[in-house]
Amino acid sequence: MNIPYTVEERPDTGLTNGKLGIWLFLASEVMLFGALFSTYIILRTGAPEWPHGELNILLGAINTVILITSSVTMVMAWATLKLKDWAKHRLYLIATFVLAGVFLVNKYFEYKDHFDKGETPAHSTFTAIYFTLTGLHGLHILGGMIVMLYFIGPGAKLWTKNPDQFANRIEFTGLYWHFVDLVWIFLFPILYLL
Amino acid sequence: MHSDSTEVKKSVRTYMMIGVALLVFTGITVAANQFHFGVPVAVTVALVIATMKGSMVASIFMHLSHEKKWVYGALILTVLGFLILMTVPMFTTMDTIGKRVPAIGGAASGEHGGH
Repeated sequence: MNIPYTVEERPDTGLTNGKLGIWLFLASEVMLFGALFSTYIILRTGAPEWPHGELNILLGAINTVILITSSVTMVMAWATLKLKDWAKHRLYLIATFVLAGVFLVNKYFEYKDHFDKGETPAHSTFTAIYFTLTGLHGLHILGGMIVMLYFIGPGAKLWTKNPDQFANRIEFTGLYWHFVDLVWIFLFPILYLL
Repeated sequence: MHSDSTEVKKSVRTYMMIGVALLVFTGITVAANQFHFGVPVAVTVALVIATMKGSMVASIFMHLSHEKKWVYGALILTVLGFLILMTVPMFTTMDTIGKRVPAIGGAASGEHGGH
């Protein structure tokens, strides 16, 4: 049995089922991160003092540049599919995957530096919320990489069978990826700069 | 979603420009941090820039500038929920913001006398 409305839009919503589904999923993600941002505000405003300058701003800024660049390559991966340029699509999708990997490698070195100095999540309220927020965000990066790897590998076969459905899947992956970028855009200033 | 190739080609230029703008704003955020403003100004500057960057990602990369009403409906509900998440818990702690919380047993830190 075929899943309906994967390519054509539903008459009642004007959307494909996949697009409505990914937006509802992103709505739940906003709630998840919103709860943690709210927790951060309460912890920060309630704390008599808050550490400043403990994080490596340069590394955080580099990771911001990496994620923004990956958002551009992701949207280009979708746009090149719409232009029927398969080779460029592959290039942009692989570039996004690699950039995501570089982000996680940077994060690994950052975490390692903290752990070497004994700054574990149990060290202070700041490190607890820092590791919770960035750890959850890192898991989202990893999840995005798994999806991208699928579309670079076995999932790419769909392009020959149903190009429109494949383009939609890349668009939904992109929506998720831009959301992950958007979360980092707020995480960077509140954790590294303020 | 516009799938016409001419429209997509136009969008590609926009994506590149937005990408550059996001990188410039990131640079401004880091540069502004070097000025060591007071906390209220620093928070305002950082969050205003982050909001501008977030708006660009959402409206251009996520195509929210031209989406269907069902997507906007879902997002309006999300924004309402998000605002509740951000404000309601703060009401419960507002009476302690900026004040030292006394240690258990009544020995408030930094306060002496009375015994």
